[in-house]
Amino acid sequence: MTTDHRLVAQQLTLGYRERTVIEGLDLEVPPGQITAIVGANACGKSTLLRSLSRLLAPTHGQVLLDGKQVHRLPAKELARTLGLLPQSPIAPEGIAVSDLVGRGRTPHQGMFSRWSSDDDVAVAAALDATQTAELADRPVDELSGGQRQRVWIAMALAQQTDLLLLDEPTTFLDVSHQVEVLDLLTDLNRSRGTTIVMVLHDLNLAARYADRLIAIAGGTVHSSGEPRDVLTEDMVRAVFGLDSQIITDPTSERPLMLPLGRHGVVGSTADGRRSQ
Amino acid sequence: MTISTTSSTGTTGSTSGSTRPAGADSLRSSRRSRVVWLLVVVGVLACVAVSSLVLGSRQVGWGDIVAGVTGHDTTIAEAAVAKRVPRTVLAMVVGAALGLAGAAMQGVTRNPLADPGILGVNMGASLAVVTGIAWFGLSGAQSFTWVAITGAAVTAVFVYAVASMGRGGPTPLKLALAGTATTAAFSSFITAVVLPRGDIADSVRSWQIGGVGGATFDRILPVVPFLVVGLLVSVVSARGLNSLALGDDVAAGLGERVAIARGSAALGAVVLCGAATALAGPIGFVGLVLPHVCRLLVGIDHRWLLPFSALTGACLLTVADVVGRVVARPGELDVGIITAIIGAPFFIYIVRRQKVRAL
Amino acid sequence: MTTTLELVVAGRRRRARRRASIVGVLLVLAAALFAASLVYGRTVYPIGDVWAVIRGEEVPGATFTVGRLRLPRAVLAVIAGFAFGLGGVTFQTMLRNPLASPDIIGITGGASAAATIGIVFFSLEGAQISVLAIVAGLMVAMVIYALSFKDGVAGIRLILIGIGIAAMLESVTTYVLSKAGQWDLQEALRWLTGSLNGSSWSDVVPLLVASLVLVPLLLSRTGALGTLPLGDDTAAALGTRVEATRLVVVLAAVGLIAFATAATGPIAFVAFLAGPIAARLVGPGASLLVPAALVGAVLVLLADLVGQYALDTRYPVGVVTGVLGAPYLVYLIVRTNRAGGNL
Repeated sequence: MTTDHRLVAQQLTLGYRERTVIEGLDLEVPPGQITAIVGANACGKSTLLRSLSRLLAPTHGQVLLDGKQVHRLPAKELARTLGLLPQSPIAPEGIAVSDLVGRGRTPHQGMFSRWSSDDDVAVAAALDATQTAELADRPVDELSGGQRQRVWIAMALAQQTDLLLLDEPTTFLDVSHQVEVLDLLTDLNRSRGTTIVMVLHDLNLAARYADRLIAIAGGTVHSSGEPRDVLTEDMVRAVFGLDSQIITDPTSERPLMLPLGRHGVVGSTADGRRSQ
Repeated sequence: MTISTTSSTGTTGSTSGSTRPAGADSLRSSRRSRVVWLLVVVGVLACVAVSSLVLGSRQVGWGDIVAGVTGHDTTIAEAAVAKRVPRTVLAMVVGAALGLAGAAMQGVTRNPLADPGILGVNMGASLAVVTGIAWFGLSGAQSFTWVAITGAAVTAVFVYAVASMGRGGPTPLKLALAGTATTAAFSSFITAVVLPRGDIADSVRSWQIGGVGGATFDRILPVVPFLVVGLLVSVVSARGLNSLALGDDVAAGLGERVAIARGSAALGAVVLCGAATALAGPIGFVGLVLPHVCRLLVGIDHRWLLPFSALTGACLLTVADVVGRVVARPGELDVGIITAIIGAPFFIYIVRRQKVRAL
Repeated sequence: MTTTLELVVAGRRRRARRRASIVGVLLVLAAALFAASLVYGRTVYPIGDVWAVIRGEEVPGATFTVGRLRLPRAVLAVIAGFAFGLGGVTFQTMLRNPLASPDIIGITGGASAAATIGIVFFSLEGAQISVLAIVAGLMVAMVIYALSFKDGVAGIRLILIGIGIAAMLESVTTYVLSKAGQWDLQEALRWLTGSLNGSSWSDVVPLLVASLVLVPLLLSRTGALGTLPLGDDTAAALGTRVEATRLVVVLAAVGLIAFATAATGPIAFVAFLAGPIAARLVGPGASLLVPAALVGAVLVLLADLVGQYALDTRYPVGVVTGVLGAPYLVYLIVRTNRAGGNL
């Protein structure tokens, strides 16, 4: 099952009050693929993601889902197609895992929140997919960081959207949990054809897991495409202001970025100047 | 970076070597501007004090003022001035104490919204005094002072401890909520204490409304030692507050004994606002507003900020008193309501300026 | 071996059963207290007489005492408690903070200040004060809402601005009281304490009408309110129109609180405590609207009985809830902050 919902940004300008963060940005999310947005701190990655999921109205330009402006779509209808997991969601104190995951069913329910057997099935499927079924009755606040992130993803899954946007789903996780979360998202993409767009900090993990990279700098798209085309020494210098060396990762044959700081590199001198 | 503005408050003497840091000139000029501001504020205070003697529900001439201040009260006008002298002194003393206490509390809690009123400290002092009047036959300024300071201290510690629990330490939101909820709980207790005792209701009410109207030197004098102690303790802890501003861990890294620095500054603040409350009843918002204004004038060095907050506090409360006398002639408007009307919009302004995450 | 689906269904049923049984217990409790406050008093009438009066039959003595005095009082207690509880828990859920009830963030304070000014300066009475209190409560709420608007309304900003406004209104009320003559002072203090004394059907009717409109409106937003505790972004991602929901919910909750305050005066802490008590009873996660409203009704009925008959002096209901509520409130602040600030 693949989906062909088209999410497109046209001439998008975003900002808070007088401060403009993104200016004149064009973007097309390839359906059925995993896209990672990368960029330096405060370059507007999260702002862009918020706007793609209509949390932030653009000052100019538009975001189109299947040709319709997302800001004009009815909220619940949009929420059945497009899900978003914000960077630091809040879990009410003491709420059980299955209850929290059940909140993902809200867009499928009516005014007085009737619960149907479809809802039970969706919640169970989400728990199974994220391997959190054995946690179902545990309070969310007792879980480890990795487990909690899986539960939040389960909530987004219970929403049963064809598009899923995630804002830094791996922050605050150690490396094994980062890999675990990204593997889970990849499973989702492969088995259900869910289109995934995520903001990631770690360039190498982004290159490893994403089908497409979008590098953001100066309020617009610096480059986008397959990881091997985007993750280049020039891009790292332009976007992050960092000298680097790109090699091919022997385990994945994807590009791997090695930062060149002033110290700790073969040939660097005591005062941190590199011999040319 | 914020570090540069923070460290610009440090001493510059030791750095005068062959390589003079570029910031030295700007440091000198900022010191000059502080001295200028100091002169301005002292001048304003003098004007305010004079106007507090001159203006009031009764018109008086210059001759009456000289006579009144030097202790003559043979004519009605002279007597009116003579009554305004202790009143002016009281407004200045209480205002200074509240301004200083506010600045110290904002420093201790690293919280822009800290104010004896918002944090419930005033209400703690009130509850203590009301309980004292109702159950222990308390009367007289001296005994009020001890009880009020104790009540203020216990409440301050309680509210701060409660707000520090849980995630993120004492955030502005948690402090304000803990303070307000404590205030609500205490005022409920006060109602319950006072309601069945019609005989004391009046004396409690007149104390609770407070103000500086009925001031006499007999009432002020016993409280002076407390004010002096509070003042000294606060001023001594100013340097410690500068370190605390960088966060507990950094302050400890700079060799500050964090618990002592925080404890002494808090003690000074609590003694000051307890004593002020004992003298004039609960007056809100003075301690909130002025430290923010003073930070704009003299920067964030507490060695300047604390005295400035005291001076401007004295100005504000005296002005509030004068305004209260003038706008409602022939009656008077209480200082507490004037500071609230000035202070609440300011509070809202500060809240709106903050980023949501910082709250 | 149980499948995940069975696990999910079982868990949901268990939570639903717990909530339903708590709601049932609260209903029975409220009914029992309601009956008790009709039967009990200086003269105790048998339940049969009370029932006869309710059905409209003429019973000597009871028709007046029960029909004219106790019945409107008990009905007012139930509806006002229900309104306070529902309004309070709505604010707490929406602002994600059990301490953010209308009595803390200035809405009750607005009604109180206006009523005090009306009594002391303009010698208003009865219905005029009610209208004034309702209008002031709504206006203060709108001012707070407008002032907290800056790229949308952040819950935290709304709470803090409400606290600032509340502090200002408090000092206005104190000042006005200081100017009051003896008689007006008594009147104003009685109003400020919150009391059911002298309740009549004319107090009940406006509150009842308001409740019939506003309660269904609030209950229809249960689903959206359930997503707000997850954070504004998550709620929006789940298809909740956050700002619109918040506006409707604020207006409805403020309306309930204002009408209830106009009828009885601000009965201390009922709006504040009903939600947290309900949360402890029904357990985490469930919707608290109905349980909290019932807890509110039970609290007011109970406190009124205690205030009238349990002590040697008769206290108005607000003093009883204030004194009983204050320690619980302090405990609640401690617990809330330790747990991290959720209801």
